[in-house]
Amino acid sequence: MFACLHGNGNLTALGFEFSPVVEQTAPDTVTLDASGLDRLWGFPQDVAAAMARRAAEIRVKVNIALAANPDAAICAARGFAGVSIVPQGDEAKFLGPLPLAGLAPSPELLETLERWGIRRFRDLAALPPLGIAERLGPEGLRLRELARGEAERKLVPLDPPLEFEDQIELEDPVDLLEPLAFLLARLLNGLAARLATRALATDELRLRLKLENRATDARTLRLPVPSLDTKAFLKLWQLDLAAHPPVSPIVHIWMGMNPVKPRAAQGGLFVPLAPEPLSLELTLARIKKGADAFFVPPPSTPPPAKNASDPFLVLRRFRPARAASVAIASGQPGFVAAEGVRGKVLEFAGPWRTSGDWWTTNPWARDEWDIALSDGALYRIYCEPRGWFVEGSYD
Amino acid sequence: MSVATLKKQFESMLGASRLSPELAPSGIPEIALPRGCLTEIVGPASSGRTSLLVSILAAATAREEVCALVDAEDSFDPVSAAAAGVHLPRVLWVRCNHNAEYALKAADLLIQGGGFGLVAMDLGDTPSNAARRISLTSWFRLRRGVEHTPTVLVTVARQSNARTCASLVLECARERVTWSGARGTSQLLRGMRVRTRSKTCSPVFTATAI
Repeated sequence: MFACLHGNGNLTALGFEFSPVVEQTAPDTVTLDASGLDRLWGFPQDVAAAMARRAAEIRVKVNIALAANPDAAICAARGFAGVSIVPQGDEAKFLGPLPLAGLAPSPELLETLERWGIRRFRDLAALPPLGIAERLGPEGLRLRELARGEAERKLVPLDPPLEFEDQIELEDPVDLLEPLAFLLARLLNGLAARLATRALATDELRLRLKLENRATDARTLRLPVPSLDTKAFLKLWQLDLAAHPPVSPIVHIWMGMNPVKPRAAQGGLFVPLAPEPLSLELTLARIKKGADAFFVPPPSTPPPAKNASDPFLVLRRFRPARAASVAIASGQPGFVAAEGVRGKVLEFAGPWRTSGDWWTTNPWARDEWDIALSDGALYRIYCEPRGWFVEGSYD
Repeated sequence: MSVATLKKQFESMLGASRLSPELAPSGIPEIALPRGCLTEIVGPASSGRTSLLVSILAAATAREEVCALVDAEDSFDPVSAAAAGVHLPRVLWVRCNHNAEYALKAADLLIQGGGFGLVAMDLGDTPSNAARRISLTSWFRLRRGVEHTPTVLVTVARQSNARTCASLVLECARERVTWSGARGTSQLLRGMRVRTRSKTCSPVFTATAI
């Protein structure tokens, strides 16, 4: 037995609620294998009524037809409103009053049939097959079979959407990370095994914790490359939970993994040295417990070309810049004192006036000097309306 | 009898034939850094040690190696580094917020993680007494971690702290600062001539500002 749903809305989801074998026949038509449903609901009309009830619950307007073959069900669902049960063996009689346009023949064939005065299924069904084969060819024969409700074919089933999710309802709330790690490991291993059986990996893990205070703690872990390394996943979750522990004991754990194709990378003898991405992610998660760690983005403006033979004299920045007291002699800095910096200015270059953000509401302008102090070091100092500052030392 | 002769005699007695480590170029012709070893760059402020470190970073990133810079005092200037030829997207910058102890821990984690061509730890602005407080055991652990790996481990500090754990110590000293133009009107900081000194050589390089 086959059922056809014709209408608007999420028909595929409705179909999967009743059968694992669902064909998306057209954007507005879904056909499913309904064999065996009679054991659950009884007669075909009860099966159809169950489908109609469910459609009404999820607010999907749909025509439902049940028949012994998929094409008869499709024709009936498209042709008759509401619920139709096509009796087995009497398909031709049941479908007879439907107009031929429901079979979607080619325009030329439809025009020919119109000229012959054949407008309904029953007219076409009554024609002799030999004559149709001679005059209309294979397409005509196929239309006749459909009109008689005798066409037999297999469904082309949709693959059900792959979902890799699992959950654990806890009898007693868990508030320590160690027992939680065991539960997470169980979920991770199960999901990873399911992914592995389908030759898939994951690049995103989601964790949803229901807490005793009725709040929900949702977290996401994005991986730099697809992987199935459950030990690394567990360690990453542990580090994340240790850094940001849930505010209340946990009563329910839900975990989901995003399925993606595994990474295919070709190693090589001459490939430059680089950290393994997942291992680096783990290292960074550990480091970030006490420091900031990131790959430096390139500067917005490209630096000037460097003289290839000599190193560049670089600046060591003081963060934040150190407030300084500067004694001025003849309009130039003569003595500088700041935290860890003190001395007479022996040589200087400047001032270099720089400004920026003048197109915004917070413009800035300052005068910079490169100075050599009597303490033996070279510094960059600057003066702005707030005062004098030591920006860093040349080293 | 010199120490080198004694060491040679001792090694020949033991029958040990030590393989010399692979050397990585530093960007300065006469200086090469041993892989799998700890190298210390030491010197006072404005002695050219950071310029040497950035030159090493530039050379490593030019070889397309991934580098890590553990910055204890948050003093790294990406603009200067980019101007010096460092390919910044290949540099992992770890900012330790003025915590030398954590810098050591971060360097250890990076070495254990593996895969870096260069791990540099900058303790250049860390007060001398704080740097001296780092135990020899910690340095030994770093040395053992980097052994038998192709990673170059470099530290920058005011004075040598790792003592026997360092395979190479490069002492930087400023020879002179080059200025151009007339004093007070059009003077420019042109660069700095730096002499580095190690057990085997004492090359000189000039760090140019412009």
